[in-house]
Parts: sequence; C-alpha cells; structure tokens
Amino acid sequence: MIPAAFDYAAPKTVADATRLLRRHPDAKIMAGGQSLLSLMKLRVAAPPLVVDLGRIKGLAYIRKRGNTLAIGAMTTHAEIAASATVREEARALAEAAEAIGDLQVRNMGTIGGSLAHADPAADYPAVFLALEGSVVVQGARKSRTIPADAFFTGLFSTTLSGGEIITEVRIPLRPAITGSAYLKMKHPASGFAIVGAAAVLRAGAKKGDAAQVRVAFTGAAAHAFRAKAVEAALAGKALDDATVRAAMEHAVRGFEMLEDLAADAAYRVQLVRVYGRRAVLAAAG
Amino acid sequence: MAVTPLFGSRIKRREDPRLITGEAKFLDDIQLPGMLCAVVLRSPHAHARIKSIDARKAAKAPGVVGVFTGKDFAGLNPLPCAWQAAGAKNNVNTPRVLEIDRVTFTGAGVAVVVAEDRYAAEDALALIDVDYEVLPVVVDAEAATRPGAPQLHENAPNNICMDWSCGNPESTEKALRDADVVVRQRLVNQRLIPTPIETRGVVAQYLPATGEYTVWMTSQAPHVMRLLMTAFVFGIAETKMRVISPQIGGGFGSKIYLYPEYCLVAALAKTLGRPVKWMEDRTENYVATTHGRDHITDIEVGAKRDGTVTALKVKTCANLGGILSTIAPGIPTTLYGRMLSGSYQIPNIHCQVLGVYTNTGMVDAYRGAGRPEATYVVERAMDLVARRLKMDPVEVRRKNFIPSDAFPYDPVGILAGLKYDSGDYEKTLNRALEIVNYKGFRREQEAARRQGRYLGIGFSSYVEICGVAPSAWIGLPGQGWGAGLWESANVRVHLTGKVVVTTGSQSHGQGHETTLAQLVADDLGVALDDVIVQHSDTLGTPFGYGTYGSRSAAVGGVAVHMSAAKIKEKAKRLAAHLLEAAEADIVYEDGRAYVRGAPDRAKTIQELALAASVGYNLPQGMEPFFDETSYYDPPNCTFPFGTHACIVEVDPDTGGVKILRYVAVDDVGRVINPLIVDGQVHGGIVQGVAQALWEGAEYDSNGQLLTSTMLDYAVPKAGFFPTFEVDRTETPTPVNPLGVKGAGETGTIASTPAVVNAVIDALAPFGITHLDMPLTPKRVWHAVRGRKEAAR
Repeated sequence: MIPAAFDYAAPKTVADATRLLRRHPDAKIMAGGQSLLSLMKLRVAAPPLVVDLGRIKGLAYIRKRGNTLAIGAMTTHAEIAASATVREEARALAEAAEAIGDLQVRNMGTIGGSLAHADPAADYPAVFLALEGSVVVQGARKSRTIPADAFFTGLFSTTLSGGEIITEVRIPLRPAITGSAYLKMKHPASGFAIVGAAAVLRAGAKKGDAAQVRVAFTGAAAHAFRAKAVEAALAGKALDDATVRAAMEHAVRGFEMLEDLAADAAYRVQLVRVYGRRAVLAAAG
Repeated sequence: MAVTPLFGSRIKRREDPRLITGEAKFLDDIQLPGMLCAVVLRSPHAHARIKSIDARKAAKAPGVVGVFTGKDFAGLNPLPCAWQAAGAKNNVNTPRVLEIDRVTFTGAGVAVVVAEDRYAAEDALALIDVDYEVLPVVVDAEAATRPGAPQLHENAPNNICMDWSCGNPESTEKALRDADVVVRQRLVNQRLIPTPIETRGVVAQYLPATGEYTVWMTSQAPHVMRLLMTAFVFGIAETKMRVISPQIGGGFGSKIYLYPEYCLVAALAKTLGRPVKWMEDRTENYVATTHGRDHITDIEVGAKRDGTVTALKVKTCANLGGILSTIAPGIPTTLYGRMLSGSYQIPNIHCQVLGVYTNTGMVDAYRGAGRPEATYVVERAMDLVARRLKMDPVEVRRKNFIPSDAFPYDPVGILAGLKYDSGDYEKTLNRALEIVNYKGFRREQEAARRQGRYLGIGFSSYVEICGVAPSAWIGLPGQGWGAGLWESANVRVHLTGKVVVTTGSQSHGQGHETTLAQLVADDLGVALDDVIVQHSDTLGTPFGYGTYGSRSAAVGGVAVHMSAAKIKEKAKRLAAHLLEAAEADIVYEDGRAYVRGAPDRAKTIQELALAASVGYNLPQGMEPFFDETSYYDPPNCTFPFGTHACIVEVDPDTGGVKILRYVAVDDVGRVINPLIVDGQVHGGIVQGVAQALWEGAEYDSNGQLLTSTMLDYAVPKAGFFPTFEVDRTETPTPVNPLGVKGAGETGTIASTPAVVNAVIDALAPFGITHLDMPLTPKRVWHAVRGRKEAAR
C-alpha cells in the first residue's frame, strides 16, 4: 500500500504539462488521482514521474456555448452532478456523475481523468457515447478533437497518444435532447458498473422527423460501446415496453461480454438488455 | 433526593467526543523516538516448501536495518492453540513467528524487513529472493478430506484437525426413520472477512537494562496476549512484559488472537535494540488476519406431518485454513454444535464436525462465532420443513418453540450440562408479527405476485449463548478452553470522591467506558462524570480475559458491580463508626449513608471516601482507602433470544434483492444503555445481512484470494439498508444479579437466515427452495432462469 518512489510535477499551464510529457514519455498524468493512486499503492503502476494537472487554472468549468455544452476536463464528478445546466441539458451525464464511487471520489475525480483512464466499468463512457460527445485534446504541438465513437479502443485504452491531455469535453445540444437517462447495477464493493446503460433521445433534425435514439453500455465489454443495432431498431418507433424489449435482443451483437466474480457472460447479456430497456424507457419519460 | 437511575438510560457514549474530533490515538498514531518500521514478506503460494531465502540484496538496500527469516527466530516456540475441540483428538499445527520450511496459505509470513521508514522497507521487500518448491493445493474443505488430496501437515491425516461430535446418533437415526417427512439439504455458510476499519498493528520496545518489553497491539484481550507471548512463545516471566491495547478501531473477533507479527515485532525490538512498529495494510488484513464461518453442512430434519420437528442430524466440514489460529477448533464445536437446538424442543439431535486444514487463510471466531452458523442451520431447517409440509413458517416455529414455562431448559444434553437460562420466545415472535403486520403482508404479497412482483418475508427466531463462561464448564476438563473465563474489576474511590474503575475486559467499540460507569455511578450514587473506566493495559488493570462472545456486561459488568457492592459495605461500616450508630442501622442510598429513621444523620460517599483516604479516624481494624477487587466466575452462560423479520422484493429480471423492511425484536435481558444496544443491534444486522446478500471470500483453485481488496470484497454500506425497526422485550437472566445477557452479536446471529428465508419466500413461485449465500443478483437470476427454463 506504499507506492514505489516517483517524481512529482505540478505544472501551472497545459503548455508546461505537455512539454513535461514530451520530455518524460513514461510519465503518468494525474487528473484527480482516484484511479492512478490506488494502482500506484498496489504497485500495479510505478511511473517515474506523475504530472498533476490539479494546479492548472481554468480547466474546471461547465458552460453552454451556443449549441454545445462544454465541460472543462478537470471538472469534478461532484460539480457535474450538482450542475443545474448539466441536469437541464444532458440529464444522463448528471446521473452518471452522481452514480460514481462515493462522495470523496466525486469530490476529487474529474471527467477528463475518468475518460482518459477508460476503465471498462466507469460510468461516464456510456453517457459520453450516447450523447455523441467529443473531447478536445492538446498535444505538445497541436490540438485535435476526438469524437466519442473514435475514442475507446479496449481495456483501459483510447486513441489518446502519450503526450496528449484532454482539456475539454463537448456535448452537442442540437438536435435537441428530449430525454436521457443513465442506469447502472452497482458493484456492491467497488461501486463501479457491473453494467451501466445510457440512453439519449433527440428530436429529429427537421420538425416532424422521427426521434433519434442513442444507446450505449459500460461495464459489459472491454470498453464502453454503442448498441447501433438497437438504435436502428428503435429509430422513429414509439418507445413502448414491447418495442424496446425486442430491440434490446440486438444489444450485445458484436461484443464479447466480460466475465468476473460479479457477473458471467450470460448474466451480463441479461443486464445489458434489462438496463438498456429501462434506460430507454426512463429517457422517454 | 431521588436519583434517576443511569441503568437503562439512553445516554450518549463518553468515548465519542475523542473519536469524532480525531483526538483518539490508535496504534498507528504511536511514534517512539528511534522507532523502526517492519514489513513482512508473505508467501505468494498457497502451499510450498521454502528451499532457501536470499536476503543479501535487500539487507543492503538504502534505509534497511535488517532482514530476518524464520531461521533467525527458530528458538521461539510456535504460537499456542488455546482452545481445542473438547473430547476429540486435535491434530494441532500453529504458525511460527515466520515460517521456516513450509507455508500452507497465501499470505503466510516468511521474512521481515526492518528499515528506517516504511518506504524503504517496502522497496526492499521486492529484493528478497525466496526459492519455493510449489506443492499441490486444496482450498475446499470437503475435497481436502478425500483420498489423494494434497496433505498439509504430517500429523493430520486427510487434513483432519479434529473429528468432533455431540448429541445422540442412535436416537437421531431412529427418529429420522420414524419421521413422517425428512428434509435433506446442503447448506454452505461461506467464508467471511471481518474487516474492522482499523487493521492490525503492533509497536514493541525492549529495555535491556531491565529485560522488559512494552508491546502496544491491536488486541481485544491484552492480558491473554501477554500470557501467551511470555509463557508459551518466549518462555520468559510474564512480569517482563507489559501489553497495551490503545484505542482499537473494531475487531469483530479478529483481534482476539495471538498473531505471528505481535511476537515477531517484540523479538525484533530486542534484537535491534530500537522500538519497532508493524502496521498491516488492507490486503494483508484480508490474507493474513483470520476469516470467519466457512462451513459445508448437510442436514437431515425429521418432522411429523403437523410440523413437529423430531430429529436434526447435522454433518459439517469446517474449514480452519492452512494453520490454526488461537481458538479455531472451539468455534465450530462448542459454540456451534452445542447450539443446534435453537429455540426449539428438538428431541433428537446429532452433530458431527470435521475441522479441516486447507490451503486458505486462518479461520477463527468472527462476530457471532459458531452461533450464526448454528442459527442458519436451525432457521433454514424450520423454513424447509414448513415448505415441505406446505405450512406457514411462523406456525412451524410456534409449534416447536421451547415454552416459556420450560426454563431452565436443557436442550437434550447437547449443551454439555448448561441450561438455557430464561426466555419467552413466542413473545418476540408475536411482537415481530405485529410490527410487520404479517397477515396484511401476506395479502400484499399475493396481490403483488399477480402483478409479477415478487415480495418475500423471512423470520429468524434465534437463541444464542453469551457471557462466556463458567470456568468449570469452558475449561480444559470441560469444553477445552485452556483457562477459566471469569472476569475481574477493581473499583477505587479516591480522596476527592472520584471513582476509578479498572476492568480486565477490553473495549474496542462496545462503549464500556460509558456502560460500566453507569453501573458504578448507580451503585455508589455518584455522578457519571465522577467515574472513569480504565482498561486495556496490563499495567494497572487486574488480569482479565478480554472482550468477545458478548461477555463484557454479563461477566465483566458483574465483577464491577460486585466491587462496588464491597465498597458500599465498607462505606456503611465507616459511616456507622463516624455517626456513632450500629452498622445494622446504616442505610446506603443515593450516595449517602445515613442512620435509619434519621436521614439527616448522614455521610456522603465523598465524605466517607475522604475519611477512608486520610485514615485519621477509622474503626478498629479497618484498612484505609476504598479499593475493592472482584473476580466473577459466572454460574452459567446467558442466552439472549429474539425474532428478526425481513421483507424483500426480488427483481426476477436482474436477480436484484431489495430490502424493504427489517424488523428486529431482541431480548438481551436487562439493558444498561438502550442507545448502545441499538447501535450494537444495527451493526450486527448490517454484518449479518451482508453475509446473506453480498459478502464472501473467494479463493481460486491455486489458493489465491480473489477478494483481496475492498474493490472486490463487498463490505456493506449504509445506503444498502432501510431504516431498521428495532424493538425489545426484556426477560432478565437469573444467572447474574444485573439480569443482563449480552447484546454484541445478536444482530449478526439473527439476521442472516431472516434475509435468506425472505428471498427464498419471494422466489417460492419459481419452485426454488434453497440457494446458497451470498444471494447475489447473479446467483438469484441464474436460479430463476433455470427454473423458468425447466418449466418450459
């Protein structure tokens, strides 16, 4: 429970941070530390240098910017859970933030840190996918935007490259979000999602168009995923129990379910279907 | 002046201000000048021979003062086993301070690094090179007894530590043959990890000039630790060691025992000539501190068609782990088999217990200790019989209850001479039924089922054994404990009238500093604030056996009460002298001794204490000072009882179980402090429910503990529970003058089967009659799905 020795740097700007990361390719970024420090204490991770983003000013905010909800990467789970703006514009995101860990974790952990860590059972990834969000990423030389669909690649892995820092999370607010929900079965010990399901409904692009449905899951597979077959089956349909239930039969298509003490594959398939249905019905209100 | 008695008052704990403000000093807060830090290297293998250990690199690492292996302490004896199963041969194997040639569980200590600080010590740990010859592993207790299983210890063929039984095998077999129905069921009572908030730790200091050790340790029984360490492990005079338990952050039984690290660190302090601290981390606590439960049990229950239970036959494989903890064999025998009659008149009982070695962590008493396992057997049996006979489980319980006029009750001899002291079992059941509105609930359950909702109710009408124990019964010639289990107390009234109580019991969350002060303040008629209670230091407290088995009120409290009574007698004699009255005419009341019929001719206890202390004017032959010590050996144990009821809803789509209501009606005899008893009941319920629904230590087939962190092992959280509905009846025990029975474990003992019975009741429409714990959503869903598919 004592980490191996490491150096610690707390840069004041994103530019300083990216410079440090370029010089020290083995460094780990700390953005709240709620996962990293535990791994270091168990000596699963032993980075020679920890670059703490906690002293960089101006990375914690929640702003409506035109048709986008912009959230600074260092915004804590507690701030997101308590934000009236998030609740108003993208309720599922507030529900996910509220469902993370415990109060201490929510006060320290950040949305950027959680997304970058890409824990297969973290809560945000499902909502991030279902909301079709994106992250703004700053590298040593250039910045880029990565859409949610192109972000998660596997267990604890993303398309972020080593020296890149997430600076902002963006959620598009058009077409208008008409309902969203995040539901999870909590692991009784860790509080992580055994399965978490996010559903987002948006008005059609033009008035009178059928609604879009987006459904994504976390905890079930090596990384969070969107159930596009479910979305297609539900597009434009009246979202009654029978229709959603039938659509959820396609929910895990193409994804291999995780197996652990809490859930085997067959049970995870069931949870995906049940929580997926409940999330869609909750989003449809 | 009438004084409101403190006995029975709901007063807040005097311990809490220092705990809430962080002033309390726990073991890890201790800092001594020059103190070193020890870290133990633990075996990564569950079963292996240690071929060699190369510590040269580690010894040279920065900050390291020394690296030691078992060979360095070969002169110290293995730790003692202080409670062996009575009347059976015990094939005893106990740990050494560090194992020398063989390890039998993952986490056994094989080497220790001592360094200037913990960082240096932990870094050096990785530099120790141990050459292991890995041996085959067995983790399942039943599998361990089969031919061909890996053998852990030469003196324990088929890995059997002991083969113990109680009851009457012939009459039980006959009754089963004659029964109208026989229900057979396998019940797995899974392994649990006690998880006190504070892990274990020890600080030791050795003074060469006097040859004296001072050892601070996280112990529920400091006097016993000193005795075992000095007399059994070190072979030195008991007086050469002082043991102190500082503020202890919970134990739940796991801090009763002598552990290798306590002896190791004391030995290191002597070897190195500097104080040494060792503090366990959470994963060490999970692998190397004792676990609880872990029984595989087969039961056969015989009953008449009307629900009368005629026979109970029980065979249990009790997993004791890779090596024995201090009192491991006593738990699944005396505290389990002997309580298998439960609250019922069962005319024929037989129980056989095999205590088995496996390549898993040590198993010993965990809150309830044997009684939860017995209660689980009996209370599940009642529900299984009810289901088979299509009877109401409440009616089956009622039909078999020991009637309230049958006390003292001897449960067909299986208690080896003890008798249940007092009880009114039906009263607690009736009260629980009233609180839950049983008839109304059954109607609601029916209506819900028609809507596809699955509600269930479960009961547990338990009795348990507390206040351990009469020395003649528990001791070596009786139930195998190596010593008597009386308790001690000293009460002194100082010159200023302030009262100092010292007790051999040990408070690690129970609130003794409050409840024992309540007793003394009442007895002597002084203010609560004028009484302090000291404990947990072998220097300054009389020898005592410590705190476990809900014994501190029923045994320790009585010793306190007896000492206070002796002081009252002396105060009366002194008052008679000072008031020039006959001793027989002195009345002691509300802190004053006065002449009967002339209440103004009085001396207060403060005046009397002053007179006794200054000693100028004492009756002929009276010694100065009010200072009385008592040793109380109870004539019997005490037997708290009650009925717990739980209402759950099961979601058949996810297997999720939601507790809708939890009702506890306990009878713990007279209650000194209802607030503290409520707290004990709440905490106990939480731990017992957790066994039913969430907790379970899991080993893989290689003997690796899969649930080795709090990310994996599901300790319950407050949000998992509804508000508990707690009520009590009060049936005093005739065993002791206070009428108190004990309240530390009732919740854990009662709640587990209440919850399981409720879930199984909810699942009745699926034809499910039993599921093993923990009833996780995964397990419940698979069972429901299996039944649905079978029905197709």
